[in-house]
Amino acid sequence: MGARILLGVWLTIVVILGLSLPMVAQPQQWYDLPIIPGLEEKARIIFFHVPTAWLSVVAFISSMIYGIRYLRRRNPEDDIKSASAAGLGFLFCFLATVTGAIWAKFSWGTYWNWDPRQTSIFVLLLIYGAYFALRSAVEVEEKKAALSAVYAIIAAVTMPFFMFIMPRILASLHPEPILNTQGKVHMNITMLVVFLSSLAGFTGLYYWMWRLQVRMRLIELSDAQKLGEHSRG
Amino acid sequence: MRQHESVRGSWGSSVLAILRKDWQSELRTRYAISALLMFVITTISIILFSLGSEGAPAEVLSGMLWVVIFFAAMSGLSRTFVMEEERGTAMTLQLLAPPSAVYFGKLLFNLVLIAGVNLLTVALYSLFINGFIIKTASIFIITITLGSIGFAAAATIIAAIIARASTKGTLYPVLSFPILLPLLLTVINATRLAAEGAFFEEAYGEFQILISYIVVVIATSFIVFDFVWKD
Repeated sequence: MGARILLGVWLTIVVILGLSLPMVAQPQQWYDLPIIPGLEEKARIIFFHVPTAWLSVVAFISSMIYGIRYLRRRNPEDDIKSASAAGLGFLFCFLATVTGAIWAKFSWGTYWNWDPRQTSIFVLLLIYGAYFALRSAVEVEEKKAALSAVYAIIAAVTMPFFMFIMPRILASLHPEPILNTQGKVHMNITMLVVFLSSLAGFTGLYYWMWRLQVRMRLIELSDAQKLGEHSRG
Repeated sequence: MRQHESVRGSWGSSVLAILRKDWQSELRTRYAISALLMFVITTISIILFSLGSEGAPAEVLSGMLWVVIFFAAMSGLSRTFVMEEERGTAMTLQLLAPPSAVYFGKLLFNLVLIAGVNLLTVALYSLFINGFIIKTASIFIITITLGSIGFAAAATIIAAIIARASTKGTLYPVLSFPILLPLLLTVINATRLAAEGAFFEEAYGEFQILISYIVVVIATSFIVFDFVWKD
């Protein structure tokens, strides 16, 4: 209960700071954020867009890890954890795609230009979609859990190839995105603190939502088991 | 005598026995072969109709070649596992052969099918589509070879997964596409290089990606196949 309120307060402060701190060319005060050339005020989306992209990857990896644990121990709880992580991952992946497309519209002039990062988030979205299509197509619970875990593993081993492939294909077609030519985003310490707090806050939010989902599904599972015992007895 | 060997013989002979069994039952029904053949012919004629008398740039044509191959593969490569489920022979096969032998037997069978599809597609494509001229044949031949192996590798494990699901036909391309996309992008790129007449050395990067993709997918499939195959 206390942790939940703390999380709410934390995220409120992060949102207010992220949207309201002034952006100036030469930061003097502790509360000044620097202007990133080419991004200006649009840089504020970094506080909300990057955490969603980060969580869609975290959720995918944790879904895979719980999938592997399911394959080793055959405990239905691991499958519930894996599926819940994937569900939230899909939500955050969708948010990352949409916020990224809006950012691209104002920075690069178009919602979608198959930039390497846009391509990889799109593929992640496809993988999540395929994962749920597979889950809904298998009726037996044990088989559903095992097959979706295997699919997550195979998707996870083929994903890294995009890091090598995308630069080879798109370099000739598209101008380098603004963030990549600089190699790194120039943040000052205030901006970094707000950014990391936002990252931590959103990760906390993800964890809280995930715990809720897992608890709900565990109750459903035990209810179903009790019902099964009842009808048998 | 041969039957006896395949049941109790070595691992390698089990693999070959499964390949032979699949090949014989395929020749009996010709389900996958006719599906693949008709798919290739249909899609190439659609491309011909839509192009009319106009040509298209080599980049577009080399991309479309792999679109034909992708959807043709999706129409026939799942057959080898779906067949076992439909006929109810999966259980027997589980008893008779180790899972890894089943996996490699089916992989070889799919490799034979997809290699046939690719040869046919390339032959028809270069016969009927005017603008499609390969300038560096060496790049193209290696790309088709590695592309076939990679296609077979990814398609086999996904086929094993969807054979257990209720909506097999539609699920197969949905699950395969994100897995095959790295391979598709690389082979399209390499085919474009071959059509543009690039030097052989320029395609080294593509070949490296293709080879490592094949190794990674086959090794992972080999590890996880038990969980898919056994009940």
